[in-house]
Amino acid sequence: MPYELRLEVLAQYREQLFDGLLMTVWLSVASIAAGTFFGVVLASLRSVRGGPVRFLVDAYVEVIRNTPFLVQLFIIYFGLPTLGLRVGAVTAALIGMTINLAAYSTEIIRAGIESIHKSQIEAGEALGLTQLQIYRDIIILPAVAKVYPSLCSQFVLMMLASSVCSAISTPELTAAASYAQSQSYRSFEVYIAVTLIYLALALTLRGALALIGWRLFGRPGGRAVQPTLKVEAV
Amino acid sequence: MFLRSFGLNEFYFLLESLQWTLALTGLAMVGGGIAGFLVALMRTARTSALRIAAGVYIQVVQGIPVLMILFLSYYGLSLAGYQLPAIVAAGLSMSIYASGYLGEIWRGCIQAVPKPQWESGESLALTIPQQYLYIILPQAIRISLPPTVGFLVQLVKNTSIAALIGFVELTRAGQLINNATFQPFRVFLTVAALYFVICYPMSQLSRWLERRLHVGSRH
Repeated sequence: MPYELRLEVLAQYREQLFDGLLMTVWLSVASIAAGTFFGVVLASLRSVRGGPVRFLVDAYVEVIRNTPFLVQLFIIYFGLPTLGLRVGAVTAALIGMTINLAAYSTEIIRAGIESIHKSQIEAGEALGLTQLQIYRDIIILPAVAKVYPSLCSQFVLMMLASSVCSAISTPELTAAASYAQSQSYRSFEVYIAVTLIYLALALTLRGALALIGWRLFGRPGGRAVQPTLKVEAV
Repeated sequence: MFLRSFGLNEFYFLLESLQWTLALTGLAMVGGGIAGFLVALMRTARTSALRIAAGVYIQVVQGIPVLMILFLSYYGLSLAGYQLPAIVAAGLSMSIYASGYLGEIWRGCIQAVPKPQWESGESLALTIPQQYLYIILPQAIRISLPPTVGFLVQLVKNTSIAALIGFVELTRAGQLINNATFQPFRVFLTVAALYFVICYPMSQLSRWLERRLHVGSRH
């Protein structure tokens, strides 16, 4: 007997799936914001301070980038409570995603900062810009603009990777799918539908990030943008 | 109640399961490499239908979680009537995943070969397969080494997701030992350290290859 796809069974689980979708979106947006923030801070710290600070930042980046996200989640969710730090599944997912994404964005933004030519900074000094202005307008903004496409790819990867948070019982989209398939025994239908939702989510996120890049850096993807310095008339 | 403690035997069990992580990585690299190579060729083909088909394939694979590929092949294959061991479902899924990323990486490498190289091949009356074989691919492979090794690191790490369909590789072994010992911190830190020992040298190798490739083209 050939297998019949019965997609209509999904309708009963639309509320759970929708809640899961919202959780995935929330986790992604929050970790993207926090991860980028820490990425900028760590990459800046690393470039300003040498010695132990640089070593610590580099060690953090390498440790996170060379171990699986799933194992990082297990350490946070199962390991921290044995040290007396109890974290919920959502908090653990949020911490894990932020720690993970911060390491990648530190590495990406570091590359951006290193690509800023020294003469740019000297030109800023010659124009009498303050240290803060040089840092903001000549180093960080152009650096982020340059690596924005790589950052965006990493953001999408993180959103997709959030599906493994279901393994620590975070109630996100994949967890909702597992619930629906365990109730309905219609695993194939459920996972096909959820895969399509992830695909739509990835395309939407890419589109939204391109729009944000266009808004921030003047063109989608924000490639090779010159810093726009406002030299005020004296 | 008697709990096992995380000792040498448990560590050996982890080491043993590391073999399965590496086996799955190898399987995905071979399967994903062959499929990814075809995708890259299609993506750079002269027929637009092939280019579009490969482009859609890449977009889809890169737009869905690895876990969904695993679930779909795991449940899909059993629906189709195949009762396959987890390694087959895992190997197939990881190959599909790898082919989507390797296809896109290698497309970039093929297109990074300067256009005059194609033209000179044409002017020597080489056929298109000959142009690929003797002119384009040797150069593209050199360019592709750093990102390919870099992707291999992602692949090793992502085989951990196969733990979620019950395939006993390093992460799943860690879960099993944790269930028996309940020393999650020690167990998963050891698991993470084992991944690090595999991945870190490869990351450094990728970086070193990258530097060596660009040694002549610094400003």
